[in-house]
Amino acid sequence: MSYLFNTPQQTEEMLAAIGVGSVEDLLEQIPESLRLDRKLDLPAPKSELELEQHVRDLAGRNVTASSRSCFLGGGAYDHFVPSVVDEIASRGEFYTAYTPYQAEASQGSLQAFFEFQTLICQLTGMDVSNASLYEGGTAVSEAAFMAMRVTNRHQRVVVLGTVHPEFRQVLHTYTDLLPCEIVEIPCQDGGADLNLVKEQLDEKTACLVVQQPNFFGCLEDVRELSELAHQVGALSVVSVDPISLGMLERPGNLGVDIVVAEGQPLGIPLQYGGPYLGILACRKEYVRKIPGRIVSLATDRNGKRCFVLGLQTREQHIRREKATSNICTNQGLLALRATVYMSLLGADGLNRVAELSCRKAHYAAEQLTALDGVELMFPQPFFKEFVLRVEKGVERFTDAAREAGFDIGPLLRQFDSIDPSVRSQGVLVAVTECRSRDEIDALRDAVRDF
Amino acid sequence: MDPSQLKYARTHEWVHLEGDVATIGISKFAVEELTDLVYIDLPTPGDQLTKGATFGEVESVKAVSDLYSPVAGEVVEANNALPDDLAALSDDPYGKGWMVRVKVSNASDLDDLMDAIAYEEFCKSQG
Repeated sequence: MSYLFNTPQQTEEMLAAIGVGSVEDLLEQIPESLRLDRKLDLPAPKSELELEQHVRDLAGRNVTASSRSCFLGGGAYDHFVPSVVDEIASRGEFYTAYTPYQAEASQGSLQAFFEFQTLICQLTGMDVSNASLYEGGTAVSEAAFMAMRVTNRHQRVVVLGTVHPEFRQVLHTYTDLLPCEIVEIPCQDGGADLNLVKEQLDEKTACLVVQQPNFFGCLEDVRELSELAHQVGALSVVSVDPISLGMLERPGNLGVDIVVAEGQPLGIPLQYGGPYLGILACRKEYVRKIPGRIVSLATDRNGKRCFVLGLQTREQHIRREKATSNICTNQGLLALRATVYMSLLGADGLNRVAELSCRKAHYAAEQLTALDGVELMFPQPFFKEFVLRVEKGVERFTDAAREAGFDIGPLLRQFDSIDPSVRSQGVLVAVTECRSRDEIDALRDAVRDF
Repeated sequence: MDPSQLKYARTHEWVHLEGDVATIGISKFAVEELTDLVYIDLPTPGDQLTKGATFGEVESVKAVSDLYSPVAGEVVEANNALPDDLAALSDDPYGKGWMVRVKVSNASDLDDLMDAIAYEEFCKSQG
């Protein structure tokens, strides 16, 4: 955008036009105490050349996942993003489109969303997917609300304590002023205690929310948990790591009713924590209760194939008072990235990414737990992420890693809702296909004598 | 149900009162105006309906329309076969296409509804 300034004459003309004596008069609404009564403390003007240099210096101080070795987990992961994803997503037609899901949207965008939905259904084993949501945490809440609408039970939602603490926090925020009780089941040894779950599920429960793999990286018995939910007429909601579905059984085959996910691992860089991509897919019978919109394949009057926005009667711009959600922000560009990523990799590619991540994570766990005073917090089957218990001081451990150029974490102590005995000594470590054996060995050596 | 014996609301719902239970549906005129029906959402037994407030919705390929309750009371039964067989609503709006049965709290609610002749006139004026 070009910077245009007003000449004193223009300022005069504008003030005269609106009948105000001075610029000061325009600001009289703002209390005196809130006004800055001095000049802005800015450095001297710079030439374009100097300014560019200055900004480049500032930008150079950013530390990114690509400038260090990233073993960070907890919901966002450093998976490889093929350059063709950037290439396609940065095409002007996609990149500059404003609200590309509106009725006047281009066929290209609508086709991309249609393919996104198709791929998500294939990945999750569900019948229908919407055209994306805001991000993983709000997708969990949207799924819980959807389950309330389906079951017509609005009083109780049961959530495993192994679901991402931030997802649970979002759910609490959403339901804060509603007569809905969120029941959290304490985590036992990194996984759900089926007896405890059974005790908490009742005829008033709308759904059971599970995460697979869970926040600690461990695998839950999704089939059994879904069965328990169904026994009381509740729905089974599972939040998955989409990459894990390259190896693990599809939730659709395990009796799950609604699958949600944080779609960041699918071709979206870490980008300092967002924007990310919410995924939501469900069984066909619940399609009318889904938040957001579904892109459909249709035929125009000339008999040609076309893409349209179907099932959007509960959208804010159609019938606000009947909207199923007021935050079903469509992440069009990120859904496009995920579409390109998934179609590029295919089932085999995704399987390879999952398998490499899993094998490398298990190698890393072996190497790190061979060190003195370092062990697995939860000796359970895990996918690409695990919690280390470091008795001698987990912070010194991560500091040693960081100094050597390795980022691991997050430390569990930053999450208040996790049991204190687990929280104080635990740190998450995630390993993706991007990490090499050399890097893992070097991390082990860096923390050997922390 | 004999349409000439029913009471009608300006929002095109019909009512048949038997004892203190009212059966509610929508008129043939309304069904024809809506054209191809694709979806219906009905309340569940136990729900309290308010006179004049929505109790469900019916969606056609053209539009989504709210269903307004002509009476106040508690839902005692909903036509659960209807969502899976919308043809029943198009083919037989006064019979198999009934929507809900409501235990009315105040029978005088029906007093401000139109009879079949008045409703027919009303529909003509709408056309």
